[in-house]
Amino acid sequence: MSEDGFRAAVAAGVMGADDAYRSLLQSVVDVARSIFGAKASSIFLLDEEADELVFEAVSGEGERSLIGMRIPSSTGIAGWTLVTRQPLVIEDLTQDPRHAREVAERSGYVPKGIMSVPLLADERVLGVLQVLDRPKRPDFSLQEMELLGLFANQAAIALDLMQRTRRAKAALDAVGGDVEIVARVAAALDDLTEGDRSRAMRLLEALEAVLRA
Amino acid sequence: MGEGPLPAWSLPPEEIERIRVEAAWPERVTRAWAIEGATGSGVRVCVLDSGVEPDHPRVGGVQGAVAVSLGEDGEPVVGDDAEGDTCGHGTACAGIIRALAPDCEIHSVRVLGAGFTGSGPVLLGGLRWAIEQGFDVINMSLSTTKRQFAEVLHELADTAYFKRTILVASAHNMPVESYPWRFSSVISVGSHAEPDSLAFFYNPDPPVEFFARGVDVELAWMGGGVIRATGNSFATPHMSGICALVRSKHPQLTPFQLKSVLHLIADNVGGRT
Repeated sequence: MSEDGFRAAVAAGVMGADDAYRSLLQSVVDVARSIFGAKASSIFLLDEEADELVFEAVSGEGERSLIGMRIPSSTGIAGWTLVTRQPLVIEDLTQDPRHAREVAERSGYVPKGIMSVPLLADERVLGVLQVLDRPKRPDFSLQEMELLGLFANQAAIALDLMQRTRRAKAALDAVGGDVEIVARVAAALDDLTEGDRSRAMRLLEALEAVLRA
Repeated sequence: MGEGPLPAWSLPPEEIERIRVEAAWPERVTRAWAIEGATGSGVRVCVLDSGVEPDHPRVGGVQGAVAVSLGEDGEPVVGDDAEGDTCGHGTACAGIIRALAPDCEIHSVRVLGAGFTGSGPVLLGGLRWAIEQGFDVINMSLSTTKRQFAEVLHELADTAYFKRTILVASAHNMPVESYPWRFSSVISVGSHAEPDSLAFFYNPDPPVEFFARGVDVELAWMGGGVIRATGNSFATPHMSGICALVRSKHPQLTPFQLKSVLHLIADNVGGRT
């Protein structure tokens, strides 16, 4: 395959990466919230260059306008989870008004209980997933902790894959926009039904003949 | 580490007397023999973490506090720590150790909280320094997933083991590889849900070797407060506190012997009798 052909193929693969990435982040917090029957869930991702955690998505209670807000990478419960790489569950955060206020300023919502787990992909830490105010059970179950770890692992694998795709797209964008149209056409072709696709292919072959003439 | 001439790795007949070990073992090792009456007195415990709030009532003071940072040449530098705790984690761990071993010395080595970048070299530098100080017990409620640090961590864990320093490390309850808890020269700790701080279980199915109290634990919290939390981070200092108790009553025990004692007095092995 020629270099341009290769670029076009990659471009077709990474089309829509940004939209899919946002959908994935939202899906992670929606599912996390649902699994635990919690009032809210949120996700912080690490910006390694800036050494900051970025508030990326929220489900349920919490202020969506705070999405994009940044905090130093090793402060608060999210920072604690990130630097120790260890999951943590706190049942009564309101015992510490100072901390509760800090969290509230970050999320627009003061939780009582918080489960916080690192998002680990292979040897890298991508960020922190938090589940806020799940129903209080008489005995905290270690199985909940296991479940949280398993789900965070799955989420981290998907996020890692998506982040790689976005980096590929960014690299292509940096090369130049010439292949963008080819990528869009390829993506449109992919969406067609079998009959429409064969007609579209004949049209493209005719176009190619004209271009090469 | 590793200074001095290499010893000979053999035992000539005339040397047997030199390494004679006094048999101070009872007929049966029990929990009463291991820790009854022990307070942690004379034992130096290092909390390798985010620093420790020294005036927290549950911590009761620290006997030393240093912070590790990266110097201009990119190498870790150890200096006095006047900041205390940056995120609360170290204070929580120190409070648990103090509750179990009230008379032990607690020394804080801050390796977390100075930012994400460079955290690996700072962690290694802090652990190396702590081992050089000859602490009896080092509590590590943290781990790294970076494979590039695994080899050095492994060497450091073995060095601690040979220098009679007990390295107690949090196991990961997530399906990822992390270190140093997976190394057999450390005491690795997961959580059980019993409300008893002295209850611990031996795991016959490693890599996690022991389970200690880690669910709904009352913790020293930032600003002199108290909070309840769950995590292997808090099971580890329970095991460190128990190690400090055994060490204070039986200071001659090597890490190998101490681990054997822990096995024999675990709730699911020898029990409380």
